[in-house]
Amino acid sequence: MKLSAEASEGALVVRLGEARLDAAIAIQFKDRMREILLQPSPRVVLDLSGVDFLDSSGLGAIVSVMKGLSPGRKLELRGLTPNVEKVFRLTRMDSVFAIQPSAHQGGLRDAG
Amino acid sequence: MLAEQAQVRTSESDPRRKVGRDIFHSRFSAEPHAVRGALRASVARFARQISPEEAGALELVLAEVLNNIVEHSYAGGSDGVISLSIVRDLSGLSCAVSDDGIPLPEGCLAPPCLPSAAVATAQLPEGGFGWYLIHDLTQDLGYRRDGGQNLLAFRLPIGVPESR
Repeated sequence: MKLSAEASEGALVVRLGEARLDAAIAIQFKDRMREILLQPSPRVVLDLSGVDFLDSSGLGAIVSVMKGLSPGRKLELRGLTPNVEKVFRLTRMDSVFAIQPSAHQGGLRDAG
Repeated sequence: MLAEQAQVRTSESDPRRKVGRDIFHSRFSAEPHAVRGALRASVARFARQISPEEAGALELVLAEVLNNIVEHSYAGGSDGVISLSIVRDLSGLSCAVSDDGIPLPEGCLAPPCLPSAAVATAQLPEGGFGWYLIHDLTQDLGYRRDGGQNLLAFRLPIGVPESR
C-alpha cells in the first residue's frame, strides 16, 4: 500500500497513493496509519486527493483511525474527490471530520 | 429470464427501441480482489450510458452488496462464488446478485437508520454504513432465499434515457 507521511506546515501530512480505499485494503490501511501516527504531531492531515473510490469499509477505517488518536490530536481530511465526498455526505460523516474544501467543490459545499 | 427480457419485442414508435438492451453478467470468486475486478468490469460496461457521478453510485452500491456477501454470507471463506447480472432498461439499471452462502439475516432489508454521527468521538460508528448506502441509492430492493441461494435484486434509477 502506498502511504507516505511528511511534516508540513506544522502538521503531519499523510498521503494515500491508492486509487481505492475499499474492503480489500481497509485493514491494512488502519494498521499502517497506526504506525505512521506514532510520530508526534497534534495535527494530522490525511490527503485523499489520489483516491477516487471509497466504500463503507474504507470509511469505517478512516473513522477508526480518528478514534485511535489520543485526545488533543486532530485528523483533518484534504483533497476529497467527488465520489469520496459523496460517501462522507450520505453517511453524514462530513459533520464529524474537519474537511478542507476541495478545488472542485468551490462554494457549492452546502448545495447538496 | 434475462435472455427473455433482452428479446422483448417493441414497436417502431416505442421509445424502448432506442435503449440498447445492455446486459452485463459475471461470475467470480467471493474474494476482495475478484470483487474489485467485477466492479471495474461492470462500471466499464455502462460507462458510455451513465454520467461519472452515476458510475460512482453504481460502483458504490455494487461494492457494498458484494462486500457483504464476501464478509458475511461466505464469512471470508475462500471458495464461494458470486453471480452478478445487470440489465439496462427504461427504468435504469436492474441488478441481480446471487450467492450460495448463509441466509441474509432478517432486518437487513428493513430501511436502516443511519448510525448517529452526533456522539463523542469514542462512540462514533465504524460500521453500519453499508446497508444504509444500499437503501439510500437503490429502489425496489428485494431478497429471496431459494434452493440454498441468496437472491438480491434492486434497481438504480440511472442511465434512464428520458432523464438525459
